[in-house]
Amino acid sequence: MGLDAASIEAARNGHTGDSEGSIREPPSRVDTVGEYTNMKKAIAAVAFGLTAGLFATGASAQATLNGVKQKGYLVCGSNTGLAGFGLPDAQGNWTGLDVDLCRAISAAIFDDPSKVRFIPLAAKDRFTALQSGEVDVLSRNSTHTMSRDTQLGLDFPAINYFDGQGFMVRKKLGVSSAKELNGASICTQQGTTTELNLADYFRANNMKYEVVAFATSDETFKAYDSGRCDAFTTDASGLYAERLRASNPDDHVVLPEIISKEPLGPAVRHGDDQWGDLVRWTHMAMLNAEELGVTKANVDQMRSSDNPEIKRLLGTEGKFGESIGLTNDWAYRIIKHVGNYGEAFERNVGEGSRLKINRGQNALWTKGGLQYGIPVR
Amino acid sequence: MSTAVDSPHFVRANQVEALPPPNLTRGPIAWARENLFSGPFNTLLTLVVLYLLYVSIPPLVEFLFIDAVWTGTGREACRAETAGREVGACWAFIWDKINYFTYGSYPADERWRVDTFFVLLAIGVVWLLWLRAPRRDLGAIYFFWLFPVASYIVLTGGNADFGAGFWTGFLIFGALLIGLFTLIAALLKTSIRPALLIGGGIVAVIGITLALVDFDWGLQNVPTSLWGGILVTLLVATVGIVFSLPFGVLLALGRRSKLPIVRMASVIFIEFVRGVPLITVLIMANTMLPLFLPGDITVDRLLRPLIGTAFFASAYMAEVVRGGLQAIPKGQYEGAMSLGLSYPQMMVFIVLPQALRIVIPGIVNTFIGLFKDTSLVAIVGIFDLIKTIEASRIDPEWAAPTISYTGYAFAAFFYFIFCWSMSRYSLGVERRLAAGQKR
Repeated sequence: MGLDAASIEAARNGHTGDSEGSIREPPSRVDTVGEYTNMKKAIAAVAFGLTAGLFATGASAQATLNGVKQKGYLVCGSNTGLAGFGLPDAQGNWTGLDVDLCRAISAAIFDDPSKVRFIPLAAKDRFTALQSGEVDVLSRNSTHTMSRDTQLGLDFPAINYFDGQGFMVRKKLGVSSAKELNGASICTQQGTTTELNLADYFRANNMKYEVVAFATSDETFKAYDSGRCDAFTTDASGLYAERLRASNPDDHVVLPEIISKEPLGPAVRHGDDQWGDLVRWTHMAMLNAEELGVTKANVDQMRSSDNPEIKRLLGTEGKFGESIGLTNDWAYRIIKHVGNYGEAFERNVGEGSRLKINRGQNALWTKGGLQYGIPVR
Repeated sequence: MSTAVDSPHFVRANQVEALPPPNLTRGPIAWARENLFSGPFNTLLTLVVLYLLYVSIPPLVEFLFIDAVWTGTGREACRAETAGREVGACWAFIWDKINYFTYGSYPADERWRVDTFFVLLAIGVVWLLWLRAPRRDLGAIYFFWLFPVASYIVLTGGNADFGAGFWTGFLIFGALLIGLFTLIAALLKTSIRPALLIGGGIVAVIGITLALVDFDWGLQNVPTSLWGGILVTLLVATVGIVFSLPFGVLLALGRRSKLPIVRMASVIFIEFVRGVPLITVLIMANTMLPLFLPGDITVDRLLRPLIGTAFFASAYMAEVVRGGLQAIPKGQYEGAMSLGLSYPQMMVFIVLPQALRIVIPGIVNTFIGLFKDTSLVAIVGIFDLIKTIEASRIDPEWAAPTISYTGYAFAAFFYFIFCWSMSRYSLGVERRLAAGQKR
């Protein structure tokens, strides 16, 4: 397969690029599916053309929110399993940062975070499932890219996790920066954007490296763990999840450099702006709550706060909820049931979880991160 | 010539006890000599195999049982540095997740319904397959009608809520069907009573089924997106197996039919379905189908792969059955026809019983293949057993080096037990049906 745009996209669909560091499809099938993806894309293009008119009318203004209210539940496309983002627990309940966003939307609409039905979607199914109206919102660590935003008929209303490709090395190697990896052997997964990013990065920094590629993420990590190569690369969120599986997790360290941009966020259908607003402001409400110090525990006291920003956020002042088709205490409901962004982060991927990913780029803008809550006013 | 008997003749009354054969031709040593070391080549093969077993079996037993961790609540229990010993399979992980592996995300309070389904399935299977079970004719009715309807109601909650318009439509349809049967009977100048009975019977069965599904049994509705694990694996396999045999037989008969349209339709169906991989059928069903259907029509996400696998298995089954049909000598057909049997009678009483007996190994082979193919539904985001294991093995709570192996070992045990049981049962059936051929 040549590295034409289609095959890169196919690889991206099946593999990283989307921070699936620790899951992946079942091994040998990924490649088979990759083959079909090309053919499927062609058919999909035709199908899109044929049905575009249908969807344009079917999914236009306000249809989604009314539909959700009518059904009495939200249908959320989730990952089929990615630690920290969307994963069923021992009782089969979905947990994770992406899942919490869906629960927050459900809380905002129904005052009940459990009115969500999760449809686990494989990477290749996810956009058609959204297009065809099978899911109301896709919260499945999807990278926001220009082509997806403009060509697939999607909108990405928010970025709930800034991810990017990183490196992990053994501590005893004594390396503290990716720039010191000159001449290193690096384990990576075949045919993914990870491999391409790696090549770009080393060429840009004029360094030599030896790539050791494997078909599945499992094999790749096993090889690194058994000492086959000096460094292991995949999306940063995946690095932390993989490190837990190492025979000695404390022997490994994740390097600070991030060599690619993977802004992950929820996606909605293009054209239903009200619904997109609702999803965006759900995320923003969680960010603003964190910034203003409103937490799940203190949200009831905060309702009587004198701070005008908190008053506007929690709906004791103004009619901001009505402008997105909800009640004015929409944000109060979100915080009450799900908590603010910081709480969701810590619980699912941060210090409160096994993954222990530090906030990094996902810290609030006030703490040097990229998460910037747009004011409610 | 003396007639006197001067010495008594010795007449032996009992047979002498036979001497035991020489030691070298009996006992384990002789058996080994005969079966394992009967020549230099066989000796060499035996040694190689023994060496391979020596290399592979002890580590496997060590991993699966001796070093295995049986109890624990998290990854610490299954990590060498925290457990303080060599760690093999982490069965504690399976134990912790067993509910998820069995029921998927089915709500915890409602899981008795899944258990009910398992029990209903077991009753049906035993009733049909156990030869000395009482009233096996009722068993067939149970398995092919009552069991599917009951399972549907128990698992989804029933209460389909068709509404008055639907029932009006159904009554009209029923009346039309009965009318059609009567009309045909009148045209054929036969008596109208049986036609009325048959038509009425069909309408009644469909009506009762729909009424049962429509009735509010007071069960909470559980959407199929929550189903998972062994429940889904058994469901897909059962539906595939139950549908594929009758449809396969019909398709095989259709393919050998003299009616051109029937033959063409069968050939096209079989060749088309057999000509594409199951995975494309599944992807087509779950990814493309929603795009082609208008926005407000959705087919359940679980139902699509169910239909897909049932079609797929039917096409394979048809070819297996056709093999059996072709193996029946022409004389059997001619004999049946010369007795004045009609086509259905000939097939049901003469040809199919012989043909199906010949292809039992092929049928069971298809079933076993289908049972394992059910794991492909994972690709379209259905959480069957394999997919629940894949989702669980990446759980950070249980992140440890041997977790993946343990999960797959569990899946291997599960699939092996089912496939091996099918294979053993079919051997029994073959032996019983082949009694007439034994020499």
